[in-house]
Amino acid sequence: MTRPSRSSLLMAPALVWLTALMVVPCALVLALAFFRRGIYGGIDYTFTLENFGLVFDPLYAGIFLNSARIAGTATLIAVVVGYAAAYAITAAPRRWQPVFLFFAVLPFWSNYLIRTYAWIVLLNREGLVTQLLRWVGYTGEPPSMLYTEGAVIAGLVYNYLPFVILACYAPLSRLNPELAEASRDLGASAMTTFRRVILPLTVPGIAAGAVFVFVLSIGNFVTPALLGGGRFQMIGNLVYDQFLTANDWPFGAALAMALIAIMLLVLMAQALAANRASGRTAEAQGNANG
Amino acid sequence: MAECSPATRRMLWLVLSLVFAFLYIPIAVLVALSFNEGGLPTAWSGFSLKWYASLAGNSAILSAALNTLIVALVSTAIATLLGTLLAIGVEMRRHYGKGLEALIFAPMIIPDIVLAIALLSFFSMINLTMGLHTIILAHVVFNLAFVCSVVRARLKSFDWSIVEASTDLGASAITTFRRITLPVIAPAVIAGALLAFTLSVDEFIIAFFTAGAGRASTTLPMQIYAMIRFGITPEINALATIVMAVSITALTLSQRLNRGIAGQ
Repeated sequence: MTRPSRSSLLMAPALVWLTALMVVPCALVLALAFFRRGIYGGIDYTFTLENFGLVFDPLYAGIFLNSARIAGTATLIAVVVGYAAAYAITAAPRRWQPVFLFFAVLPFWSNYLIRTYAWIVLLNREGLVTQLLRWVGYTGEPPSMLYTEGAVIAGLVYNYLPFVILACYAPLSRLNPELAEASRDLGASAMTTFRRVILPLTVPGIAAGAVFVFVLSIGNFVTPALLGGGRFQMIGNLVYDQFLTANDWPFGAALAMALIAIMLLVLMAQALAANRASGRTAEAQGNANG
Repeated sequence: MAECSPATRRMLWLVLSLVFAFLYIPIAVLVALSFNEGGLPTAWSGFSLKWYASLAGNSAILSAALNTLIVALVSTAIATLLGTLLAIGVEMRRHYGKGLEALIFAPMIIPDIVLAIALLSFFSMINLTMGLHTIILAHVVFNLAFVCSVVRARLKSFDWSIVEASTDLGASAITTFRRITLPVIAPAVIAGALLAFTLSVDEFIIAFFTAGAGRASTTLPMQIYAMIRFGITPEINALATIVMAVSITALTLSQRLNRGIAGQ
């Protein structure tokens, strides 16, 4: 048997599985979005664009903007903190770096639900934070921290921070130290060196981390449900409701497609940023070596 | 970046300490509470294993744990086989299209909620009664993609001319696979399987949507979610500690195997 045909044979079972249980169901959801909701919650197979129109209805567009704001804030915080942490790790002695990195990523490997639940334990009215406040002499009403937008953002940052650290560490650790040295020798301040040399060269890591946090946050269902207490609807919760409570599958399908569209846009923006940055990196590293 | 001023150095250590405190305090509190006699964060009333004992007597949790184990083991077995074959097939060819690459990559980045509703729509459209078997079908989708990516990484440095040599010397395709390819990729296959197992044990949303009605096919994450919604009970802390320990052990092992490969 020739190599290509043997290769096709080996790939076939997995590709059939992916086609039958991912491509076809996703195509089905896309098709579903163009149908009407039946009177009794079923599907009425007449073509309509109403569902997509509804996505832009002020009520639902508001939820999209809300989700984008929450996901954006979480992304910003995670990237700033994660970058700082990754930078600090690269400044540590070489043999300690893998250890730090390992322990930075370790929490990421435990169950997502449990990591989110841990924040309920910390933030609920009689939780640890309230206990700490009492201990330092606070006597008023326990502050309401759970079921706020802040709690949702904290949960998202907590869950995805390890990945940002990992993504930013890679380009930071590969950075040619001579570049920063050259910049300093030429009279640039530490701040300027960071802003003009180090930061631009590490954009791919930042972009990868940011895209990851944003995409996973904006489609998130568990964190808003648990830490927002259902008060802060995000797109994920809206899709969930359409399928499991409101029984409007066509509209739920349109929402899911909108989610995919946002994700693709973000991924394309990242690819563009990475392309530009790789040109810059090659140039800078080339100049440093030459 | 070894040459920082002492002030900068102190600041970086401060950043690192704060980040690690942020990452570990929530988990540490949970684990500590699971051993707290009183079970509440209000006061430490002594070390106790009673919440673990009460887990062992909770039949809902035990049956959910059994379901999770079944789903994870079966979906891991199928995904490891299909994912490994896929990886070999892809790496064998010198040229493959962007479409194929996207198809293999998609299960890893598609939002859980989208795959969940897609599969729910699909299963109800073909009138397939949902249960543990549909969760398994669903879990294989993302698991095989992760196994494939781990095995492919290993095959990147594989010298295919050895396979050709073996065939030229008269070995059958099966013998060549068993004696040449498999020993090379075995650590990556095991690492991929461990990763798949953990992903399946931890997966909540897709299982929630594809489990169908009724409690018979409730998995552990679904049970944990229900318990959290119902209210905080000290039992969750104990269960959470066990589940975390299992995932972290499996993934540390998986990483080790992968690291071992890189070091060869």
